[in-house]
Amino acid sequence: MAEAVLDVRDLAVEIDGRNVVDGVSLEVGRSEVVALVGESGCGKSMIAFAVMGLLPAVARVDRGQILLGGEDLVQIGEEAMRQVRGDRLAMIFQEPVSSLNPLMKVGEQVAESLVVHRAVTRQEAWGKAVEMLRKVGIPEPERRAGQLPAELSGGMCQRVMIASALISRPRLLIADEPTTALDVTIQAQILNLMKELRGFGDTAILIITHDMGVVADIADRVCVMYGGRIVEAAGVGETFARPSHPYTRLLLGTIPKLTGERKHLLRSIEGTVPDIAEWPSGCRFRTRCPLADEVCAETPPFLPIPGDPGHHSACWHLDKVGEIA
Amino acid sequence: MTTHSEPRPAPLLAVEDLRVHFPVRGGWLGAQRGIVKAVDGFSLTISAGETVALVGESGCGKSTAGNAILGLAEPSGGRIVYEGIDLAGAAPRRRAELRRQMQVIFQDPVSALNPKLTIGQSVAEPLVVAGVPANERRRRVDELLDLVGLKASQKDRYPNELSGGQRQRVVIARALALSPKLLVCDEPVSALDVSIRSQILNLLMRLQQEFGLAYLFISHDLSVVRHIADRVVVMYLGVIVEEGEAETVFSSPAHPYTEALLAAIPLPDPKEQRRRKAIVLEGELPSPLDPPAGCRFVTRCPIREAGCAAVRPSLVPTPQGSRAACLVRFPAQ
Repeated sequence: MAEAVLDVRDLAVEIDGRNVVDGVSLEVGRSEVVALVGESGCGKSMIAFAVMGLLPAVARVDRGQILLGGEDLVQIGEEAMRQVRGDRLAMIFQEPVSSLNPLMKVGEQVAESLVVHRAVTRQEAWGKAVEMLRKVGIPEPERRAGQLPAELSGGMCQRVMIASALISRPRLLIADEPTTALDVTIQAQILNLMKELRGFGDTAILIITHDMGVVADIADRVCVMYGGRIVEAAGVGETFARPSHPYTRLLLGTIPKLTGERKHLLRSIEGTVPDIAEWPSGCRFRTRCPLADEVCAETPPFLPIPGDPGHHSACWHLDKVGEIA
Repeated sequence: MTTHSEPRPAPLLAVEDLRVHFPVRGGWLGAQRGIVKAVDGFSLTISAGETVALVGESGCGKSTAGNAILGLAEPSGGRIVYEGIDLAGAAPRRRAELRRQMQVIFQDPVSALNPKLTIGQSVAEPLVVAGVPANERRRRVDELLDLVGLKASQKDRYPNELSGGQRQRVVIARALALSPKLLVCDEPVSALDVSIRSQILNLLMRLQQEFGLAYLFISHDLSVVRHIADRVVVMYLGVIVEEGEAETVFSSPAHPYTEALLAAIPLPDPKEQRRRKAIVLEGELPSPLDPPAGCRFVTRCPIREAGCAAVRPSLVPTPQGSRAACLVRFPAQ
């Protein structure tokens, strides 16, 4: 991979003395789409907020680096961070309606980052915003630009969010569950749009999701998280064809399919997604893992999978993962 | 019903031409501005032990239909017949008895449970209402918790001490307390984590086998529906556009909306997913205040023809064995 746009190294985020993100390293290359996958409380959104410099007040970066084009965002301070956000770095959220300013015309919201970060007049910016709205598939963009978010549907609002995120041609777009709140036919439209727009200004995408279908549709590479750590990272094909961590393997097995056998008992993962206060020492998945034994009380290293460059898994029992039926 | 199918036993539940219309107020002194026909001519039967799934996108009327069946929304027309008895015409006491045989599981187990009651108290509540004596109640609560995979020792816990999956188990235990014959499951696994969903689906399938429960399974998640349902009913903007055996509807969808809906779900398999032909529907759901006069899908339909905007299609048998409402594909009506 060419030089990474985003290079996160050994990131830890702390809340109340506990590391909700615990030593995460990941890279996103130019025009690449990387999916960060996991269940609620695994820390995936916290990584996004750390990268954006938008951690909630109770959280702080405990250690590690967040390099955007070589510059460490952890160190640059809030003033410099404001220059980066909305310009080189943009984010879209799950709830498009509540993420937009309800009192501001959508055209102005799309134009805002140009007005703030680039030396353009409001008029110029408005023209560019209308063009951007057209590009993201808003019908009659001239008229729509003058409307308020409440006059648009949820799908339309997500298009507006994408337009306002991409108008400055950021190096990296972070998309946190961008289609989770949308209906499937609208989700398909938005995923298609994101695929069309990828490479627009070479923007790289870090998409955060729990939906394996979305991952299969859009991602180039996948990082699977559990308990604040990345437990497996691989190309999207390998992730599905040769899952090499017990959690990934079991998770893929629990999803009902649109083809093949029906009505059989689905594979399930024992127990519940543990609360951070209950995360065990060593491998965090060991309390639910069928392969767990005493060695798992030590934290497993992130080991390369032989014969597949770029594929890593953090499991002491790599040789036995394939036996999980 | 279809003429070529096997004669079936009398259905547990028959819904005939159900309509649920809501007045929309606003404007000058709250004058009525219009009517939302949330459900507009909806018929359905469910036999004992059968799972019928109601699918469609938000605003299609699937939850409203479920609520009307449960008596939680007032029908504007049509009949709801349970075990041969028209609920609207039954004496209040009889109707309450019959309604007790229909229970519900909602999407969000957090708001479905009273945070100030222990889970034991929550599960016991319907038994209290039904006048079950205290010692019998205690025995039954233990039995119910065991049935849904919780320990009797957990009954003094409060909902906030449980995980989302465990709370949904409590909700299921409470729904089963009075031994219902029909469970309306409204998005029962949508709020749960992926690794927990399959546990709850497995539980629902096991309970069905054990007690011969019938399910009206309302969901937008078609892969879950395909897994669990015997029959599927597809709704769009208040009306049924297709219905049939799950196997048939999923392998050979007849209505263009069903086709598009199925094609829109990203498959959890990158090779398959990237090989698929995309049918991406244009536009969005029209306003329910002003739905198209003819086929309600006409504004987004990829195969619409001139007549579709004016003529309301009715459900007719398809060669696939399902029933669908589409003038272009099934004009013989």
